[in-house]
Amino acid sequence: MAEILDAEKVRKVAVLARLKLSDAEVADYVTKLGNVLKYVDTLNEVDTEGVEPMVHAVELSNVFRADEVQPSLPRAAALQNAPKTDGTFFLVPQILEDK
Amino acid sequence: MSIIGATTGELLSRLERGELTSVELTTAYLDRIAQQDDRVAAFLTVNGDEALQQAADVDRRRQAKQPLGALAGIPVAVKDVLCTKGLKTTCASRMLANFIPPYDAHVVTQLRNADAILIGKTNMDEFAMGSTTETSAFKTTRNPWDLGRTAGGSSGGSAAAVAAGMSPLALGTDTGGSIRQPAGFCSVVGMKPTYGRVSRFGMVAYGSSLDQIGPFANDVNGAALLAQVIAGHDCRDSTSVNAPVPAYSQTVNQPLAGLRVGIAKEHFVEGLNPEVEQALRAALQVYKSLGAEIKEVSLPHTSYGVAVYYLIAPSEASSNLARYDGVHYGHRAAQFSNMIDMYATSRGEGFGSEVKRRIMLGTYALSAGYYDAYYLKALKVRRLIRQDYDKAFEQIDVLASPASPNPPSKIGEYSANPLAMYLEDIYTIGANLAGLPGISVPAGFTEAGLPVGLQLLAAPFEEEKLLRAARMYEQATQWQGKRATL
Repeated sequence: MAEILDAEKVRKVAVLARLKLSDAEVADYVTKLGNVLKYVDTLNEVDTEGVEPMVHAVELSNVFRADEVQPSLPRAAALQNAPKTDGTFFLVPQILEDK
Repeated sequence: MSIIGATTGELLSRLERGELTSVELTTAYLDRIAQQDDRVAAFLTVNGDEALQQAADVDRRRQAKQPLGALAGIPVAVKDVLCTKGLKTTCASRMLANFIPPYDAHVVTQLRNADAILIGKTNMDEFAMGSTTETSAFKTTRNPWDLGRTAGGSSGGSAAAVAAGMSPLALGTDTGGSIRQPAGFCSVVGMKPTYGRVSRFGMVAYGSSLDQIGPFANDVNGAALLAQVIAGHDCRDSTSVNAPVPAYSQTVNQPLAGLRVGIAKEHFVEGLNPEVEQALRAALQVYKSLGAEIKEVSLPHTSYGVAVYYLIAPSEASSNLARYDGVHYGHRAAQFSNMIDMYATSRGEGFGSEVKRRIMLGTYALSAGYYDAYYLKALKVRRLIRQDYDKAFEQIDVLASPASPNPPSKIGEYSANPLAMYLEDIYTIGANLAGLPGISVPAGFTEAGLPVGLQLLAAPFEEEKLLRAARMYEQATQWQGKRATL
């Protein structure tokens, strides 16, 4: 750990996170996220040899229920908040090039 | 007797005796909102017309002597992170500025089944990320006790609404202290139930292994009743625990004999405000005078809680918030060059700076090469923190601490230094990491008149004990009767 966070790394993470950032935001994150990363490095002091990771407060696994058909949202309700729709589908920009 | 500032129990008995109708009651709270909320900014949406219709319906059914729910005719304000069918739910984000849910959150269904009145949706930190309600994209909620200070967060709107007498009850959510800290800052009661006690279905997710929905009220009895209404199993949230819900409101007034109150020596650290510490010491004296035993325990990993939280919560957030892609709902940018650019531009425009910061932090912590060092390490220390609590609760019934190390912050105090704000979560975060129930009750005021909250934690599913211990303290002190003057 204890890596220095630079602008290039911030931009790389922004691509992974699908966030378009302004130059000012990138600069801001270099400092503010850098400070947080420095702070969380204190966890290195803790000996965690042989400790199982705790992913959840209630450690359930495989909660099963019967596979039965239940009522679900009507199409119109599912589409009602879509930024773009033709009334049947969600519409997105073209993703394949024209031949 | 005035309606504004009355407890839930007082209001219910006046409704039952026929001294008051729900329409009169709801009108009084709507008037209060109209008079005061331009200064407090607790509400994002006021649901006036529907609230009055619901109230009239309850009054009609009461007159016809039909059976009514446990909160019949009582207004409840709901944090804007909880989906309300047909009523805008924004998460205080531009991303969801126009989002109208096609369904109710489970807890909202429970409120409707209990015949509660849905009076409005409250302001919050954007996507519940923040401790001051300043990251809201729409407005900053102000503390009813001092309008120059924050109401805390992220459920600041719900806490301020109850403190300002704009609703007797409210719902909030708590991922790292977001119910207990604003409750302390606003001198109201706020409880985070055990993880799994309340279904999260229809709650917009932030940190899914930490998030829990809970009540705000102006007294412990009100919180007990609201907790009872929202708790219980729901198969739509697979982490919701299938265990019977005790009748908290029936037992809350019974004092606990032989109560063991713990304090953690690691909680008395540099950064704890002396007046806050004094209030805690005074609260311990109150418990002593009630016959409780005060025991010192050790939580050796306390100082790592904030670091663990600020890796786990952002990691979960970066995954949860991937759903905002400008396709199914939420903001879509007007201009973009291709599909991927549409995602990135929509998200860049729709999210505010604190949300983007946490998505970035989480994405970084989960990315190849860093996962083991950050995320996995945090999960291991999380278990050590849980084990500390398990050991402590072998010796004690409840753990007492301040809700926050300092009184409410001034508006803008943390804008340049988010890390300083994160460090203020030291007392509340452990309950989320370990999944424990916790409550904050009013515990007095600083010399400047700023509220101080007493936090009590208990072992998992010990809400009944927690509420009874909190009620013992409330009954023995005068803080519950104090109301902010606006």
